[in-house]
Amino acid sequence: MNWPVLSVVTFLPLLGALFIALVRGDDNLARGTARWVALWTTLVTFAISLILVFRFDPSSPEFQFAEKHDWLGIASYHMGVDGISLPFVILTTALMPICIIASWTAIQKRVKAYMIAFLVLETLMIGTFAALDLVLFYLFFEGGLIPMFLIIGIWGGPRRVYASFKFFLYTLLGSVLMLLAIMAMYWDAGTTDIPALMHHGFPLGLQKWAWLAFFASFAVKMPMWPVHTWLPDAHVEAPTAGSVILAAILLKMGGYGFLRFSLPMFPSASHDFAPLIFTLSVVAIVYTSLVALVQEDIKKLIAYSSVAHMGFVTMGIFAATAQGVAGGIFQMISHGIVSGALFLCVGVVYDRIHTREIAAYGGLVNRMPLYAACFLVFTLANVGLPGTSGFVGEFLSLIGTFKVQVAVAFFATLGVILSAAYALWLYRKVIFGVLDKPLLMGIKDLGWRESLIFAPLVALTILFGVAPKPVLDMSSAAVTQLLDNYNHALAAAKTASLNADAATTGAAR
Amino acid sequence: MTATVPLGDLFVMLPEFILLGSAIVLLMAGVFRGEVSSPAVNSASIAMLFLVALALLIVPSGRHELFGGSFVVDDFSRFLKMLTVIGSAGSLLLSLDYLTFEKQQKFEFGVLVLLSTLGMMILISAADLIALYLGLELMSLALYVIAASNRDSIKSTEAGLKYFVLGALSSGMLLYGASLIYGFTGTVSFAGIAKAAGQGGIGLIFGIVFLFVGFCFKISAVPFHMWTPDVYEGAPTPVTAFFAAAPKVAGIAIFVRATTVALHDITHEWQQIVVFVSIASMVLGAFAAIGQRNIKRLMAYSSIGHMGFALVGLAAGTPEGVQGVLIYMAIYVAMTLGVFAAILAMRRGGVLVENIGDLAGLARTHPTMAFFMAMLLFSLAGIPPLAGFFAKFYVFLAAIKAGLFTLAVLGVLASVVGAYYYLLIVKIMYFDEPAKNFDSMPGRLRVVLGVSGLVNILFGVYPAPLLVLATAAAKSLF
Repeated sequence: MNWPVLSVVTFLPLLGALFIALVRGDDNLARGTARWVALWTTLVTFAISLILVFRFDPSSPEFQFAEKHDWLGIASYHMGVDGISLPFVILTTALMPICIIASWTAIQKRVKAYMIAFLVLETLMIGTFAALDLVLFYLFFEGGLIPMFLIIGIWGGPRRVYASFKFFLYTLLGSVLMLLAIMAMYWDAGTTDIPALMHHGFPLGLQKWAWLAFFASFAVKMPMWPVHTWLPDAHVEAPTAGSVILAAILLKMGGYGFLRFSLPMFPSASHDFAPLIFTLSVVAIVYTSLVALVQEDIKKLIAYSSVAHMGFVTMGIFAATAQGVAGGIFQMISHGIVSGALFLCVGVVYDRIHTREIAAYGGLVNRMPLYAACFLVFTLANVGLPGTSGFVGEFLSLIGTFKVQVAVAFFATLGVILSAAYALWLYRKVIFGVLDKPLLMGIKDLGWRESLIFAPLVALTILFGVAPKPVLDMSSAAVTQLLDNYNHALAAAKTASLNADAATTGAAR
Repeated sequence: MTATVPLGDLFVMLPEFILLGSAIVLLMAGVFRGEVSSPAVNSASIAMLFLVALALLIVPSGRHELFGGSFVVDDFSRFLKMLTVIGSAGSLLLSLDYLTFEKQQKFEFGVLVLLSTLGMMILISAADLIALYLGLELMSLALYVIAASNRDSIKSTEAGLKYFVLGALSSGMLLYGASLIYGFTGTVSFAGIAKAAGQGGIGLIFGIVFLFVGFCFKISAVPFHMWTPDVYEGAPTPVTAFFAAAPKVAGIAIFVRATTVALHDITHEWQQIVVFVSIASMVLGAFAAIGQRNIKRLMAYSSIGHMGFALVGLAAGTPEGVQGVLIYMAIYVAMTLGVFAAILAMRRGGVLVENIGDLAGLARTHPTMAFFMAMLLFSLAGIPPLAGFFAKFYVFLAAIKAGLFTLAVLGVLASVVGAYYYLLIVKIMYFDEPAKNFDSMPGRLRVVLGVSGLVNILFGVYPAPLLVLATAAAKSLF
């Protein structure tokens, strides 16, 4: 069979969005149609994306399911996935149906527009991970701002306008510099094709500037300390499903970008700037964990914990060891599931009580045992307890970093302790304690729709914690090749600079 | 200049002749039949512009010089003439319902648009300073009158007068610059100036500066932009749409032709001027628009900013740069017409409203209009995958190649600032509680808004035609 699977997966949600747009009216029937069409579209997209998994050859580090067509003249429509991008594609397609179900009853106003925004966003997110051309990548990467801006701004909380503007402008500011770097790379290499650029070997000066420009974009997206301040605002104000997507997928674009561009295309610069990344990562891990400890809003606490966990990812990636990079990827996937699930947990109680104040809760275990159990699994995974997926990622990235920078790994480990502190504190405050708040007396446990959402997430969290091999195997070949090229380029740069030194000393003599 | 022109060669001027002929005939018709003929004359003007567009397609390809080289027809001129015609026809189409509504049907309107379009086409084809001035004045004189076409409105007449006084001043400067250039190079033809440019010395530079002042005024680039907000706000809205689209194309066209043909060898002498003007326009356009509440004033600052972005490509002074400018102008015209179609639909109880606050909750009262408007605004802000992104992409691509890094960095930063006020309108339309409904949108406005919106959304899917045309057009200058 020769049909373009990847393009179908990418653009199917867009088709669903078009269909919803054609539905007339805004009565109950139209809303129902919009919900069902969105659900079916995302489910079918997920099913087709599984074809990618089955047909994917994990032993090959090459890009698979490649499609290439003429498009802009300088840039082409080039799509494909390798072991690094495929997990993110699947993560996206798998989380979307969950998001749609989670919004089923929570969203009651402008349902059509909401579903359209989510489906368009899905197309743009999958495209970001599947694009093999820089301009195409940028298109998807930036295009995602529009639906997310609307999602936060229309369906968000009281300070939604401020949060949506901050999100949009912050991210845009980081990205426009990357766009200029993309142009400079085009004039140097004569192409914007990602596989070709990986083997191009940019001159050192350009590498530095381009690395910084890409860093500006990805660091904001990640987000790394100190440009993380948009995240708590966006998370707190976004509707539940928006927070899930933001935490689970949009943040991963930053880490993915570092892996796809910074490391393979600017190896020398990545090596030179690694201390900067380590410093920022450690600060993020320790500082934002401390900040999380004093939060009074559940969503804000989880948002800060996201920043801390992303610190492990950047640290692992720029350690540039097999364990570090694999750990970074795994941590991103795991965090995608766990933080998404945590935001869903917040959504469950928010839908009932309509507050996110930690102080407003307490003793929920008495009324919501099932909810308490789910929340426990995700809290422990967030802490990084062995046996949950959170452990594998953190452990691998710590090992990988330990090999290169002992001090960095040491301080980062402090973060693990701190994360236990704030996550367990949150759990104790919300779930345990005395059930004395009148509002909570009549609270209901998870309904069947909510159980349906949490079941796969709990299963995956534990499955990946016990048997992380499928994910690690999927990316191992690509990671190995990435690091081979990286070390090779570094060695070549070193010899070149040695030769240059020898030449200058020789000339001086 | 003594060469006689064989009649057959005049065929390449067919579009211009159609414009001239139809302007005269329609003027006569209007004068003899009186005011009753106005709707017919204005509709006929649109038909004539379509005819001109057709004529542009059938004129023989390749490069033709007429009148001793002072009038050039090449791919570059064909591309830009097509754009001006689209801009003029589009804004005329927008004006029809407006004129009826406001009881301002005057046959002079269509005729003046035709005449100023003729001026623009001469300007676009001008290859010496005389033809340049002829075209520029024909265009401008018609524009001054149209700006004041709402005779009983103080604002409109003020706009016309202001535009006229400042326009005359800038024409004077341009003329002075042209005379200096003639004095120091001994020729008025662009090709001749190009040959003599090397020995022009400081006097030539002086002349260039004055010439540029004239150009910058016409395209409303900073620091010669002061007239723009007042004229945009005061003039009747379809006239504003016309000002925002067609004359800008012609102004940019002559700016590009003069710099790339006549002054190409001394690029380093004028490049810094364009770089400065470009940065100043982008920055001022971005910051000054933030405080605006009148949507026409806001669009004025927006257009100032956009001219700054178009000049980024010109500053590069390379074929890539010119190509970028052409793509930019094409997409800019498409976006501008769409936005003004939406602005003209902001009518409540028969009265046109102009405050951006009036758009509140448009997404719920008029979802389709709000959607297209929002897409156009995101496009103006340069957010992918909309057309406006590609426009900015190509000009900055050229700037990076030419090594203008400061310009490029300041430019993209200004575009982020600019994104703020476009987002502000989207916010008002989508996040705020609905205000009262607008009157139902006239069909013609729907068509313009729909076409412009679709072009903007779908450009990224199939960009090849515009890219190919723009590349060919840019090549014909080098």
